[in-house]
Amino acid sequence: MQTLYDKLWQSHVVHEESDKSDGMALLYIDRHLVHEVTSPQAFEGLRLAGRKPWRLDSILAVADHNVPTTERSHGISDPISRLQVETLDQNCADLGITEFKMNDLRQGIVHVIGPEQGATLPGMTVVCGDSHTSTHGAFACLAFGIGTSEVEHALATQCLLLKKAKAMQVLVEGQLGYGVTAKDIALAVIGKIGTAGGTGYAIEFAGSAVRALSMEARMTLCNMAIEAGARAGMIAVDDITIDYIKGRPFAPKGELWEKAVAYWRTLKSDEGVTFEQVIRLDATQIKPQITWGTSPEMVTTVDGRVPDPAQIADAVKRHDMERALKYMGLAPNTPISEIRLDKIFIGSCTNSRIEDLRAAAEVVKGRHIAANIKLAMVVPGSGLVKHQAEQEGLDRIFRDAGFEWREPGCSMCLAMNDDRLAPGERCASTSNRNFEGRQGPGGRTHLVSPVMAAAAAVAGHFVDVREIY
Amino acid sequence: MEKFHSCKGLVAPLDRANIDTDAIIPKQFLKSIKRSGFGQNLFDEWRYLDHGEPGMDVTQRRLNPDFILNQPRYRGAQILLARANFGCGSSREHAPWALQDYGFRAIIAPSFADIFFSNCFKIGLLPIVLDTNIVDRIFHEVNSTEGYCLTVNLEKQTVTTPSGEICTFDVDPFRKHCLLNGLDEIGLTLQYADKIKAFEEKRRTEQPWLFA
Ligand code: SF4
Repeated sequence: MQTLYDKLWQSHVVHEESDKSDGMALLYIDRHLVHEVTSPQAFEGLRLAGRKPWRLDSILAVADHNVPTTERSHGISDPISRLQVETLDQNCADLGITEFKMNDLRQGIVHVIGPEQGATLPGMTVVCGDSHTSTHGAFACLAFGIGTSEVEHALATQCLLLKKAKAMQVLVEGQLGYGVTAKDIALAVIGKIGTAGGTGYAIEFAGSAVRALSMEARMTLCNMAIEAGARAGMIAVDDITIDYIKGRPFAPKGELWEKAVAYWRTLKSDEGVTFEQVIRLDATQIKPQITWGTSPEMVTTVDGRVPDPAQIADAVKRHDMERALKYMGLAPNTPISEIRLDKIFIGSCTNSRIEDLRAAAEVVKGRHIAANIKLAMVVPGSGLVKHQAEQEGLDRIFRDAGFEWREPGCSMCLAMNDDRLAPGERCASTSNRNFEGRQGPGGRTHLVSPVMAAAAAVAGHFVDVREIY
Repeated sequence: MEKFHSCKGLVAPLDRANIDTDAIIPKQFLKSIKRSGFGQNLFDEWRYLDHGEPGMDVTQRRLNPDFILNQPRYRGAQILLARANFGCGSSREHAPWALQDYGFRAIIAPSFADIFFSNCFKIGLLPIVLDTNIVDRIFHEVNSTEGYCLTVNLEKQTVTTPSGEICTFDVDPFRKHCLLNGLDEIGLTLQYADKIKAFEEKRRTEQPWLFA
């Protein structure tokens, strides 16, 4: 009997030393996604060694981290960012790699466009020089982030040398409550097992609550597997998976489609197989989650309070908590609902897909952002998401409510472009990391779901979205 | 890749869990298209009092005297001592590049994040996992002893303290072999080029939709 992870692993092993003591194997890579930040040194390495990419049609490139989210007709103003994007353009042009350029309608965050294009398909190994590659695991892929040396290795050999991880199952049973989303499941899991809880594991999300999720919500969940320490997250194939893929540009058609679907249906863990670890969550008990600190595991529920370090026995933990509260400018025991906000960011590879935008729009419709909110912005995950949202009139709803409606990219998820928090500013963000300085030096990030961010925008402070829906 | 055999070096203690790659090298420095020069911005937001941007002359910047690496007694440290889950967060290899460029050759912690851990091996920086109790004790010894050095021997997989205590650590045989010899992994993999081609052909026949 095999887990989904075992199946994905085994079907890609090209070579294994006969002495398998260290569990290392050479794995074949089906899809390699490339962005501007982690690739230049890899392309340079290839060039210096006189090597070429092994298989061009496996590679899809896009610039997302550095691109401006405002008017793009004048290009990128920061010369260093511009050079990085131009370097990607040049490398792709020189080598013949397919790239969606900045002004292409298909441009967007790499983890949004892969699935959107059907470039992410079940049963694939998908890699990218980016830790949130775990997102693609929602399609029953073995998808994981790699460093630049590995980007070069994958380009040159179509393979990576990897050590097999252990398999963890996160079982979420029951029906999620109204206003509770995949983001809340992800944060609840991280709150439970910690940011290192999944280290050394590949996580498979399963259970009735997971099966009930849309593909977009499944991507949100797998996206944050890395925040739980797991390099890969994944979900078995079902009808929802197959329906989502059908008709996408890179997806198989006609006879091939039938053949592919037949294979994809086998991509699930065998009944009764054992996992090295199983984590159980009751979906009916999950409430909207909000992080209060500087690590995604520093999380509580909307009706909770900022914790008190004085209650923590472990010295290292207490120290970390004190430091986090100091950085966040929060007093112990403050009710979460009393935390006032300066900025709202709806976007990132976690929550910038059409459903996320629809859900947030539903909350702000006919309302306006509170007076204390200096900036509320919506950054769609791709040009196509943006276009779709505009077709549905979501842009109008957001604009009428006082939000800015931007061009697609990573934006204030990591603030490599001009979108960032000023020191001390507090933001409700739908992204995935609340690390110190992540959204700008001195900036304070609270991770929430899109509906919770929208509700906070309207109220000016955190509020239980279930009360205002 | 740089070879790693053994190293006797000064130890700098960074007493904090979950140190993420954004802290190790903040994103504004990721805009560089080079592989070197990141050391001066290692832990930039903790190390300097002003905000750093690429291209700034660091000699003109204000150092944060409270940050551990700025204390004179840790100048020239080659071994970084850290807490659990070191290197969590993004996959940026700029983090190990910055640590190495700064002068670190090995990092000791009770645990590391997976991607960071494997990135280190690719560049010849040695991440060493030691038991939490041992790390605790070393933290204690470093704090109380100026000039505290450890000797790391990869061949023997040992860390030796000044008092002669020997702690052993695990390392995958393949990774060890590559590190000891400074091997080019791509070159090694390409020795299997025929096997890769054969695998690819089989895949092309069985799952042609992957090769559109
Ligand atoms: S949106 Fe944020 S987390 Fe996602 S790829 Fe971009 S920078 Fe990384």
